[in-house]
Amino acid sequence: MLKTVVGALVLTLLPLPSWLEVIRPGFLALTVLYWSIAAPRAGGIALGWGCGLLLDAFEGPVLGEHALALALLAYLAVREHQRIRSKPAFQQSLIVFAALVIYEFVLFAIDGWSGHALTTPLRWLPTFTGALVWPAAAAILARSYRAQT
Amino acid sequence: MAGFATGAGRPLSGRGGSPGFRFALYAILSVGLMVLDQRFDWLERAHYLMQAATYPIERAVSSPLAAWRWTQKSFATRDSLEAENQRLRNRLRDLEVRSMRYDALAQENAALVGLRNSLPPVASRWLPAEIVNIQLDSLRQRVLIDRGSINGVLAGQAVLDDHGVVGQTMHVGPWSAEVILITDPEHALPVAIERTGLRTIAVGAGDSTSLALPYLPANADVRAGDVLVTSGLGGVFPPGYPVAKVTEVHKDAVQPLAHVRAAPFAHLDTDSEVMLIWFRHDALAAPLQEKHGQLVSGNREIHPLAVPEKAPAAKAVKAQLPQAPKGKAVSAAPVKPAVPHATKAAPPAAPGAKAGT
Repeated sequence: MLKTVVGALVLTLLPLPSWLEVIRPGFLALTVLYWSIAAPRAGGIALGWGCGLLLDAFEGPVLGEHALALALLAYLAVREHQRIRSKPAFQQSLIVFAALVIYEFVLFAIDGWSGHALTTPLRWLPTFTGALVWPAAAAILARSYRAQT
Repeated sequence: MAGFATGAGRPLSGRGGSPGFRFALYAILSVGLMVLDQRFDWLERAHYLMQAATYPIERAVSSPLAAWRWTQKSFATRDSLEAENQRLRNRLRDLEVRSMRYDALAQENAALVGLRNSLPPVASRWLPAEIVNIQLDSLRQRVLIDRGSINGVLAGQAVLDDHGVVGQTMHVGPWSAEVILITDPEHALPVAIERTGLRTIAVGAGDSTSLALPYLPANADVRAGDVLVTSGLGGVFPPGYPVAKVTEVHKDAVQPLAHVRAAPFAHLDTDSEVMLIWFRHDALAAPLQEKHGQLVSGNREIHPLAVPEKAPAAKAVKAQLPQAPKGKAVSAAPVKPAVPHATKAAPPAAPGAKAGT
Protein backbone atom coordinates (compact mmCIF):
# COMPACT_ATOMS: atom_id res chain seq x y z
CA MET A 1 0.00 0.00 0.00
CA LEU A 2 2.79 2.34 0.92
CA LYS A 3 4.54 1.60 -2.35
CA THR A 4 1.49 2.57 -4.38
CA VAL A 5 1.12 5.79 -2.41
CA VAL A 6 4.74 6.70 -3.11
CA GLY A 7 4.23 5.80 -6.77
CA ALA A 8 1.16 8.01 -6.97
CA LEU A 9 3.04 10.86 -5.32
CA VAL A 10 5.88 10.56 -7.82
CA LEU A 11 3.36 10.59 -10.67
CA THR A 12 1.79 13.70 -9.14
CA LEU A 13 5.09 15.57 -8.91
CA LEU A 14 6.61 14.47 -12.19
CA PRO A 15 7.16 17.45 -14.46
CA LEU A 16 5.14 17.19 -17.65
CA PRO A 17 4.55 19.36 -20.71
CA SER A 18 1.87 21.90 -19.93
CA TRP A 19 -0.90 20.42 -22.07
CA LEU A 20 -0.49 17.08 -20.28
CA GLU A 21 -0.18 18.92 -17.03
CA VAL A 22 -3.75 20.23 -17.03
CA ILE A 23 -5.28 16.83 -17.67
CA ARG A 24 -3.09 14.92 -15.22
CA PRO A 25 -5.51 12.94 -13.05
CA GLY A 26 -5.24 13.06 -9.28
CA PHE A 27 -3.29 9.85 -8.87
CA LEU A 28 -3.23 10.08 -5.10
CA ALA A 29 -7.01 10.47 -4.99
CA LEU A 30 -7.41 7.41 -7.21
CA THR A 31 -5.06 5.41 -5.00
CA VAL A 32 -6.94 6.38 -1.87
CA LEU A 33 -10.21 5.48 -3.58
CA TYR A 34 -8.92 2.07 -4.59
CA TRP A 35 -7.61 1.13 -1.16
CA SER A 36 -10.75 2.39 0.52
CA ILE A 37 -12.86 0.17 -1.72
CA ALA A 38 -10.60 -2.87 -1.84
CA ALA A 39 -9.32 -2.88 1.71
CA PRO A 40 -11.53 -0.59 3.77
CA ARG A 41 -10.11 -1.86 7.04
CA ALA A 42 -6.44 -1.56 6.10
CA GLY A 43 -6.27 2.04 5.00
CA GLY A 44 -9.55 3.78 5.09
CA ILE A 45 -10.01 7.28 6.33
CA ALA A 46 -6.67 7.49 8.09
CA LEU A 47 -4.92 6.67 4.82
CA GLY A 48 -6.93 9.34 3.02
CA TRP A 49 -6.11 11.93 5.64
CA GLY A 50 -2.43 11.03 5.65
CA CYS A 51 -2.17 11.16 1.86
CA GLY A 52 -3.99 14.47 1.90
CA LEU A 53 -1.55 15.91 4.40
CA LEU A 54 1.29 14.66 2.23
CA LEU A 55 -0.23 16.45 -0.74
CA ASP A 56 -0.69 19.57 1.36
CA ALA A 57 3.02 19.56 2.10
CA PHE A 58 3.73 19.95 -1.61
CA GLU A 59 0.92 22.08 -2.90
CA GLY A 60 -2.22 23.88 -1.89
CA PRO A 61 -2.72 27.22 -0.24
CA VAL A 62 -3.76 25.98 3.23
CA LEU A 63 -2.54 23.10 5.29
CA GLY A 64 -5.29 20.52 5.80
CA GLU A 65 -7.17 21.25 2.60
CA HIS A 66 -6.33 18.08 0.73
CA ALA A 67 -6.40 16.17 4.01
CA LEU A 68 -10.05 17.01 4.51
CA ALA A 69 -10.99 16.37 0.90
CA LEU A 70 -9.24 13.01 0.73
CA ALA A 71 -10.58 11.94 4.12
CA LEU A 72 -14.08 12.67 2.82
CA LEU A 73 -13.35 10.71 -0.36
CA ALA A 74 -12.08 7.78 1.68
CA TYR A 75 -15.09 7.95 3.98
CA LEU A 76 -17.56 7.85 1.09
CA ALA A 77 -15.68 4.98 -0.53
CA VAL A 78 -15.41 2.99 2.69
CA ARG A 79 -19.10 3.41 3.39
CA GLU A 80 -20.14 2.33 -0.08
CA HIS A 81 -17.32 -0.09 -0.80
CA GLN A 82 -19.50 -3.17 -1.15
CA ARG A 83 -21.88 -1.49 -3.53
CA ILE A 84 -19.04 -0.07 -5.62
CA ARG A 85 -17.16 -3.36 -5.80
CA SER A 86 -20.04 -5.23 -7.35
CA LYS A 87 -20.47 -2.79 -10.21
CA PRO A 88 -19.06 -3.38 -13.71
CA ALA A 89 -16.07 -1.30 -14.75
CA PHE A 90 -18.04 1.33 -16.66
CA GLN A 91 -20.38 2.04 -13.78
CA GLN A 92 -17.44 2.12 -11.42
CA SER A 93 -15.90 4.81 -13.58
CA LEU A 94 -19.09 6.84 -13.31
CA ILE A 95 -19.09 6.49 -9.54
CA VAL A 96 -15.42 7.46 -9.42
CA PHE A 97 -16.25 10.49 -11.53
CA ALA A 98 -18.92 11.55 -9.07
CA ALA A 99 -16.55 11.01 -6.15
CA LEU A 100 -13.83 13.05 -7.84
CA VAL A 101 -16.28 15.85 -8.52
CA ILE A 102 -17.13 15.94 -4.82
CA TYR A 103 -13.41 15.90 -3.99
CA GLU A 104 -12.66 18.72 -6.39
CA PHE A 105 -15.63 20.69 -5.14
CA VAL A 106 -14.36 20.50 -1.56
CA LEU A 107 -10.99 21.79 -2.74
CA PHE A 108 -12.71 24.49 -4.77
CA ALA A 109 -14.79 25.60 -1.78
CA ILE A 110 -11.82 25.68 0.59
CA ASP A 111 -9.76 27.58 -1.99
CA GLY A 112 -12.52 30.14 -2.13
CA TRP A 113 -13.03 30.43 1.61
CA SER A 114 -9.37 30.79 2.33
CA GLY A 115 -9.09 33.58 -0.22
CA HIS A 116 -7.07 31.70 -2.81
CA ALA A 117 -9.87 31.21 -5.30
CA LEU A 118 -8.99 29.49 -8.55
CA THR A 119 -11.99 29.76 -10.80
CA THR A 120 -10.62 28.54 -14.11
CA PRO A 121 -12.75 25.75 -15.56
CA LEU A 122 -9.51 23.87 -16.25
CA ARG A 123 -9.45 22.69 -12.68
CA TRP A 124 -12.32 20.31 -13.37
CA LEU A 125 -10.50 18.50 -16.18
CA PRO A 126 -8.67 16.02 -13.91
CA THR A 127 -12.01 14.66 -12.69
CA PHE A 128 -12.81 13.51 -16.24
CA THR A 129 -9.38 12.05 -16.88
CA GLY A 130 -9.41 10.47 -13.43
CA ALA A 131 -12.62 8.62 -14.26
CA LEU A 132 -11.17 7.62 -17.63
CA VAL A 133 -7.99 6.11 -16.23
CA TRP A 134 -9.78 4.48 -13.30
CA PRO A 135 -10.13 0.97 -14.85
CA ALA A 136 -6.42 0.89 -15.69
CA ALA A 137 -5.39 2.34 -12.35
CA ALA A 138 -7.59 -0.11 -10.46
CA ALA A 139 -6.14 -3.05 -12.41
CA ILE A 140 -2.58 -1.96 -11.61
CA LEU A 141 -3.40 -1.39 -7.95
CA ALA A 142 -5.20 -4.74 -7.76
CA ARG A 143 -1.99 -6.42 -8.82
CA SER A 144 -0.11 -4.85 -5.95
CA TYR A 145 -2.97 -5.77 -3.62
CA ARG A 146 -2.79 -9.43 -4.62
CA ALA A 147 0.98 -9.45 -4.28
CA GLN A 148 0.58 -8.11 -0.78
CA THR A 149 -1.89 -10.69 0.46
CA MET B 1 -15.13 -5.37 -12.12
CA ALA B 2 -11.53 -4.42 -11.86
CA GLY B 3 -10.13 -7.17 -9.72
CA PHE B 4 -11.06 -6.54 -6.14
CA ALA B 5 -10.06 -9.40 -3.91
CA THR B 6 -13.10 -10.23 -1.87
CA GLY B 7 -12.72 -9.25 1.75
CA ALA B 8 -14.48 -11.00 4.56
CA GLY B 9 -17.78 -9.45 5.51
CA ARG B 10 -16.69 -8.39 8.94
CA PRO B 11 -18.28 -5.22 10.26
CA LEU B 12 -16.25 -2.12 9.58
CA SER B 13 -16.61 -0.61 12.99
CA GLY B 14 -13.61 -2.29 14.56
CA ARG B 15 -11.06 -0.33 16.46
CA GLY B 16 -11.45 3.39 16.36
CA GLY B 17 -15.23 3.49 15.96
CA SER B 18 -17.42 3.58 12.89
CA PRO B 19 -16.23 5.17 9.63
CA GLY B 20 -18.54 8.10 10.21
CA PHE B 21 -17.08 8.77 13.62
CA ARG B 22 -13.52 8.51 12.37
CA PHE B 23 -14.27 10.77 9.44
CA ALA B 24 -15.75 13.36 11.78
CA LEU B 25 -12.59 13.18 13.87
CA TYR B 26 -10.30 13.68 10.92
CA ALA B 27 -12.52 16.40 9.49
CA ILE B 28 -12.31 18.37 12.72
CA LEU B 29 -8.56 17.87 12.72
CA SER B 30 -8.24 19.18 9.14
CA VAL B 31 -10.48 22.15 9.74
CA GLY B 32 -8.47 22.96 12.85
CA LEU B 33 -5.27 22.84 10.82
CA MET B 34 -6.75 25.07 8.16
CA VAL B 35 -7.91 27.65 10.66
CA LEU B 36 -4.52 27.63 12.36
CA ASP B 37 -2.75 27.98 9.06
CA GLN B 38 -5.05 30.69 7.83
CA ARG B 39 -5.46 32.84 10.90
CA PHE B 40 -2.26 32.47 12.84
CA ASP B 41 1.41 32.31 12.09
CA TRP B 42 2.00 29.28 14.26
CA LEU B 43 2.33 27.01 11.30
CA GLU B 44 5.08 29.00 9.61
CA ARG B 45 7.48 26.75 11.47
CA ALA B 46 5.56 23.72 10.20
CA HIS B 47 5.87 25.03 6.65
CA TYR B 48 9.59 25.39 7.17
CA LEU B 49 9.88 21.81 8.38
CA MET B 50 7.68 20.58 5.57
CA GLN B 51 9.86 22.32 3.03
CA ALA B 52 12.81 20.55 4.61
CA ALA B 53 11.06 17.18 4.58
CA THR B 54 9.72 17.39 1.07
CA TYR B 55 12.86 18.71 -0.56
CA PRO B 56 14.67 15.33 -0.78
CA ILE B 57 11.59 13.78 -2.38
CA GLU B 58 11.27 16.63 -4.82
CA ARG B 59 14.94 16.36 -5.65
CA ALA B 60 14.60 12.61 -6.19
CA VAL B 61 11.61 12.97 -8.49
CA SER B 62 13.35 15.55 -10.62
CA SER B 63 16.66 13.67 -10.64
CA PRO B 64 16.11 11.46 -13.73
CA LEU B 65 15.54 14.54 -15.83
CA ALA B 66 18.46 16.29 -14.23
CA ALA B 67 20.65 13.25 -14.91
CA TRP B 68 19.54 13.24 -18.54
CA ARG B 69 20.41 16.90 -18.87
CA TRP B 70 23.75 16.29 -17.24
CA THR B 71 24.66 13.47 -19.63
CA GLN B 72 23.61 15.61 -22.55
CA LYS B 73 25.80 18.38 -21.26
CA SER B 74 28.81 16.16 -20.69
CA PHE B 75 28.60 14.76 -24.19
CA ALA B 76 28.32 18.17 -25.76
CA THR B 77 30.70 18.57 -28.63
CA ARG B 78 33.63 20.88 -28.62
CA ASP B 79 32.09 22.88 -31.43
CA SER B 80 28.87 23.58 -29.61
CA LEU B 81 30.75 24.51 -26.47
CA GLU B 82 32.94 26.86 -28.44
CA ALA B 83 29.94 28.40 -30.09
CA GLU B 84 28.26 28.88 -26.73
CA ASN B 85 31.42 30.33 -25.27
CA GLN B 86 31.62 32.78 -28.14
CA ARG B 87 27.99 33.73 -27.74
CA LEU B 88 28.40 34.31 -24.02
CA ARG B 89 31.53 36.35 -24.60
CA ASN B 90 29.67 38.56 -27.04
CA ARG B 91 26.83 38.96 -24.63
CA LEU B 92 29.14 39.79 -21.77
CA ARG B 93 30.89 42.45 -23.85
CA ASP B 94 27.53 43.79 -24.85
CA LEU B 95 26.36 44.01 -21.27
CA GLU B 96 29.60 45.55 -20.10
CA VAL B 97 29.36 48.28 -22.68
CA ARG B 98 25.77 48.85 -21.71
CA SER B 99 26.44 48.95 -17.98
CA MET B 100 29.25 51.43 -18.59
CA ARG B 101 26.69 53.65 -20.20
CA TYR B 102 24.33 52.92 -17.30
CA ASP B 103 26.79 54.23 -14.73
CA ALA B 104 27.25 57.35 -16.77
CA LEU B 105 23.51 57.80 -17.17
CA ALA B 106 22.85 57.22 -13.48
CA GLN B 107 25.39 59.91 -12.60
CA GLU B 108 24.02 62.26 -15.18
CA ASN B 109 20.52 61.66 -13.95
CA ALA B 110 21.46 62.19 -10.33
CA ALA B 111 23.25 65.38 -11.25
CA LEU B 112 20.31 66.67 -13.24
CA VAL B 113 17.66 65.89 -10.71
CA GLY B 114 19.88 66.89 -7.84
CA LEU B 115 18.80 63.99 -5.76
CA ARG B 116 21.91 62.04 -5.11
CA ASN B 117 20.16 59.82 -2.64
CA SER B 118 17.67 58.64 -5.16
CA LEU B 119 20.15 56.78 -7.27
CA PRO B 120 18.37 53.67 -8.37
CA PRO B 121 18.77 51.14 -5.58
CA VAL B 122 21.32 48.61 -6.48
CA ALA B 123 21.48 44.98 -5.67
CA SER B 124 23.89 44.40 -2.84
CA ARG B 125 24.10 40.68 -3.34
CA TRP B 126 22.76 38.17 -5.76
CA LEU B 127 22.76 34.45 -5.99
CA PRO B 128 21.90 32.22 -8.92
CA ALA B 129 19.37 29.55 -8.08
CA GLU B 130 18.33 26.55 -10.06
CA ILE B 131 14.71 25.71 -10.63
CA VAL B 132 14.00 22.18 -9.45
CA ASN B 133 12.13 20.53 -12.27
CA ILE B 134 8.97 19.58 -10.49
CA GLN B 135 5.27 20.27 -10.62
CA LEU B 136 3.95 21.89 -7.48
CA ASP B 137 0.46 22.79 -8.58
CA SER B 138 -0.68 22.62 -12.16
CA LEU B 139 -2.95 25.64 -12.19
CA ARG B 140 -1.03 27.90 -9.88
CA GLN B 141 2.22 29.34 -11.11
CA ARG B 142 4.72 28.21 -8.52
CA VAL B 143 8.21 26.87 -8.86
CA LEU B 144 10.72 25.42 -6.45
CA ILE B 145 14.30 26.68 -6.31
CA ASP B 146 17.28 24.98 -4.75
CA ARG B 147 18.22 27.78 -2.36
CA GLY B 148 16.87 28.18 1.12
CA SER B 149 17.46 29.84 4.45
CA ILE B 150 20.99 28.40 4.73
CA ASN B 151 21.80 30.57 1.72
CA GLY B 152 20.21 33.53 3.42
CA VAL B 153 17.00 33.46 1.42
CA LEU B 154 14.13 35.35 3.05
CA ALA B 155 10.41 35.16 2.53
CA GLY B 156 9.19 37.84 0.13
CA GLN B 157 12.44 38.24 -1.71
CA ALA B 158 12.72 39.39 -5.32
CA VAL B 159 13.53 36.80 -7.97
CA LEU B 160 14.64 37.94 -11.42
CA ASP B 161 16.04 36.37 -14.52
CA ASP B 162 18.19 38.02 -17.15
CA HIS B 163 15.17 39.47 -18.94
CA GLY B 164 12.96 40.75 -16.17
CA VAL B 165 11.06 40.13 -12.98
CA VAL B 166 10.20 36.49 -12.28
CA GLY B 167 8.45 36.56 -8.93
CA GLN B 168 9.09 36.42 -5.21
CA THR B 169 9.78 33.76 -2.64
CA MET B 170 6.92 32.48 -0.49
CA HIS B 171 7.60 29.54 1.79
CA VAL B 172 11.27 29.20 2.56
CA GLY B 173 12.76 25.96 3.78
CA PRO B 174 16.34 25.28 4.78
CA TRP B 175 17.48 24.12 1.35
CA SER B 176 14.65 25.14 -0.89
CA ALA B 177 12.14 27.89 -1.40
CA GLU B 178 8.83 28.16 -3.16
CA VAL B 179 8.62 31.00 -5.64
CA ILE B 180 5.32 32.52 -6.70
CA LEU B 181 5.62 33.74 -10.27
CA ILE B 182 4.24 37.09 -11.38
CA THR B 183 1.81 35.20 -13.63
CA ASP B 184 0.13 33.43 -10.70
CA PRO B 185 -3.49 34.58 -10.39
CA GLU B 186 -2.81 35.44 -6.75
CA HIS B 187 0.18 37.61 -7.50
CA ALA B 188 -0.25 41.35 -7.94
CA LEU B 189 2.70 43.50 -8.88
CA PRO B 190 2.72 47.30 -8.69
CA VAL B 191 3.99 48.52 -12.03
CA ALA B 192 4.39 51.78 -13.91
CA ILE B 193 4.07 52.34 -17.61
CA GLU B 194 7.51 53.50 -18.61
CA ARG B 195 6.36 55.89 -21.31
CA THR B 196 3.87 57.82 -19.19
CA GLY B 197 4.76 56.98 -15.61
CA LEU B 198 1.19 55.88 -15.02
CA ARG B 199 1.08 53.50 -12.09
CA THR B 200 -1.12 50.47 -11.92
CA ILE B 201 -1.13 46.86 -10.82
CA ALA B 202 -0.31 43.82 -12.93
CA VAL B 203 -2.10 40.67 -11.89
CA GLY B 204 -1.15 37.19 -13.06
CA ALA B 205 -3.49 35.69 -15.61
CA GLY B 206 -2.81 32.10 -14.68
CA ASP B 207 -0.72 31.00 -17.63
CA SER B 208 2.97 31.64 -18.00
CA THR B 209 2.67 34.01 -20.94
CA SER B 210 0.37 36.80 -19.83
CA LEU B 211 -0.37 39.38 -17.19
CA ALA B 212 -3.60 41.33 -16.82
CA LEU B 213 -3.87 45.02 -15.96
CA PRO B 214 -7.41 45.06 -14.62
CA TYR B 215 -7.42 48.45 -12.92
CA LEU B 216 -6.78 50.81 -15.81
CA PRO B 217 -9.68 53.12 -16.66
CA ALA B 218 -10.91 53.10 -20.24
CA ASN B 219 -9.41 56.54 -20.89
CA ALA B 220 -5.95 55.61 -19.60
CA ASP B 221 -3.05 56.37 -21.87
CA VAL B 222 -1.84 52.89 -22.66
CA ARG B 223 -1.01 51.28 -25.99
CA ALA B 224 0.25 47.97 -27.22
CA GLY B 225 4.02 47.99 -27.06
CA ASP B 226 4.25 49.99 -23.84
CA VAL B 227 6.87 48.71 -21.44
CA LEU B 228 5.89 48.04 -17.85
CA VAL B 229 8.49 48.45 -15.13
CA THR B 230 8.21 47.92 -11.40
CA SER B 231 6.96 51.06 -9.71
CA GLY B 232 8.66 50.48 -6.38
CA LEU B 233 5.44 50.53 -4.42
CA GLY B 234 4.49 47.37 -2.65
CA GLY B 235 7.80 46.86 -0.95
CA VAL B 236 9.35 43.91 -2.73
CA PHE B 237 10.82 45.19 -5.96
CA PRO B 238 12.63 48.50 -6.25
CA PRO B 239 11.46 50.77 -9.08
CA GLY B 240 12.63 50.44 -12.62
CA TYR B 241 12.95 46.73 -13.23
CA PRO B 242 11.43 45.56 -16.52
CA VAL B 243 8.32 43.44 -16.09
CA ALA B 244 6.34 43.07 -19.28
CA LYS B 245 5.32 44.55 -22.59
CA VAL B 246 1.71 45.44 -23.26
CA THR B 247 0.39 43.18 -26.00
CA GLU B 248 -3.29 43.89 -26.15
CA VAL B 249 -5.42 46.91 -25.31
CA HIS B 250 -9.13 46.69 -25.70
CA LYS B 251 -11.21 49.72 -24.83
CA ASP B 252 -14.94 49.42 -24.86
CA ALA B 253 -17.04 52.56 -24.67
CA VAL B 254 -19.49 50.82 -22.36
CA GLN B 255 -16.95 49.43 -19.95
CA PRO B 256 -15.42 51.74 -17.35
CA LEU B 257 -12.18 49.76 -17.34
CA ALA B 258 -9.87 48.93 -20.21
CA HIS B 259 -9.01 45.33 -20.97
CA VAL B 260 -5.22 45.22 -21.07
CA ARG B 261 -2.92 42.23 -21.40
CA ALA B 262 0.86 42.16 -21.21
CA ALA B 263 3.51 39.54 -21.90
CA PRO B 264 6.22 39.17 -19.26
CA PHE B 265 9.83 39.71 -20.34
CA ALA B 266 11.12 36.95 -18.09
CA HIS B 267 11.11 33.56 -19.76
CA LEU B 268 8.91 32.04 -17.11
CA ASP B 269 8.17 28.79 -18.90
CA THR B 270 11.68 27.97 -20.07
CA ASP B 271 13.92 29.34 -17.34
CA SER B 272 16.09 26.83 -15.58
CA GLU B 273 18.07 29.35 -13.61
CA VAL B 274 16.95 32.49 -11.83
CA MET B 275 18.61 35.15 -9.71
CA LEU B 276 17.80 35.89 -6.10
CA ILE B 277 18.47 39.53 -5.31
CA TRP B 278 19.19 41.25 -2.03
CA PHE B 279 18.78 45.00 -2.32
CA ARG B 280 20.74 47.68 -0.53
CA HIS B 281 18.98 48.93 2.54
CA ASP B 282 20.51 52.38 2.54
CA ALA B 283 19.15 53.43 -0.83
CA LEU B 284 16.14 55.70 -0.56
CA ALA B 285 13.83 53.37 -2.39
CA ALA B 286 15.16 50.19 -0.84
CA PRO B 287 11.99 48.40 0.03
CA LEU B 288 13.04 45.79 2.50
CA GLN B 289 14.26 45.74 6.02
CA GLU B 290 15.45 42.66 7.73
CA LYS B 291 14.16 41.74 11.14
CA HIS B 292 14.62 38.39 12.83
CA GLY B 293 15.13 36.71 9.50
CA GLN B 294 11.73 37.88 8.37
CA LEU B 295 11.01 40.81 6.18
CA VAL B 296 8.84 43.65 7.23
CA SER B 297 7.52 45.27 4.13
CA GLY B 298 7.96 48.91 3.40
CA ASN B 299 10.23 51.57 4.75
CA ARG B 300 8.28 53.66 7.24
CA GLU B 301 10.35 56.78 6.67
CA ILE B 302 9.44 56.97 3.05
CA HIS B 303 6.24 58.69 2.21
CA PRO B 304 4.65 57.01 -0.79
CA LEU B 305 4.87 60.26 -2.73
CA ALA B 306 8.63 60.32 -2.29
CA VAL B 307 9.16 57.43 -4.63
CA PRO B 308 11.41 58.99 -7.22
CA GLU B 309 10.01 59.24 -10.70
CA LYS B 310 13.41 59.35 -12.23
CA ALA B 311 12.59 58.62 -15.84
CA PRO B 312 9.94 61.31 -16.42
CA ALA B 313 11.91 63.91 -14.48
CA ALA B 314 15.04 63.36 -16.51
CA LYS B 315 13.09 63.43 -19.73
CA ALA B 316 11.38 66.65 -18.78
CA VAL B 317 14.69 68.41 -18.19
CA LYS B 318 16.15 67.06 -21.39
CA ALA B 319 13.10 68.02 -23.34
CA GLN B 320 13.28 71.59 -22.12
CA LEU B 321 16.93 72.14 -22.84
CA PRO B 322 16.93 71.82 -26.62
CA GLN B 323 13.81 73.96 -26.84
CA ALA B 324 15.53 76.92 -25.29
CA PRO B 325 17.56 78.21 -28.25
CA LYS B 326 14.66 77.75 -30.65
CA GLY B 327 12.19 79.92 -28.79
CA LYS B 328 12.27 83.71 -28.30
CA ALA B 329 14.26 85.25 -25.48
CA VAL B 330 11.14 85.48 -23.33
CA SER B 331 10.27 81.83 -23.67
CA ALA B 332 13.69 80.87 -22.37
CA ALA B 333 12.65 82.10 -18.96
CA PRO B 334 10.97 78.91 -17.72
CA VAL B 335 14.11 76.99 -18.57
CA LYS B 336 16.18 79.07 -16.19
CA PRO B 337 15.17 77.39 -12.96
CA ALA B 338 16.06 74.05 -14.48
CA VAL B 339 19.61 74.98 -15.40
CA PRO B 340 20.91 76.20 -12.04
CA HIS B 341 19.07 73.30 -10.50
CA ALA B 342 21.02 70.97 -12.68
CA THR B 343 24.39 72.55 -12.07
CA LYS B 344 23.80 72.81 -8.33
CA ALA B 345 24.23 69.11 -7.80
CA ALA B 346 27.92 69.27 -8.54
CA PRO B 347 29.39 66.50 -6.31
CA PRO B 348 29.89 63.49 -8.48
CA ALA B 349 27.63 60.65 -7.52
CA ALA B 350 29.13 57.31 -6.76
CA PRO B 351 28.68 54.82 -9.60
CA GLY B 352 25.72 52.74 -8.68
CA ALA B 353 26.47 49.21 -9.76
CA LYS B 354 29.55 48.78 -7.60
CA ALA B 355 27.83 48.35 -4.28
CA GLY B 356 28.69 45.27 -2.30
CA THR B 357 30.29 42.03 -3.41
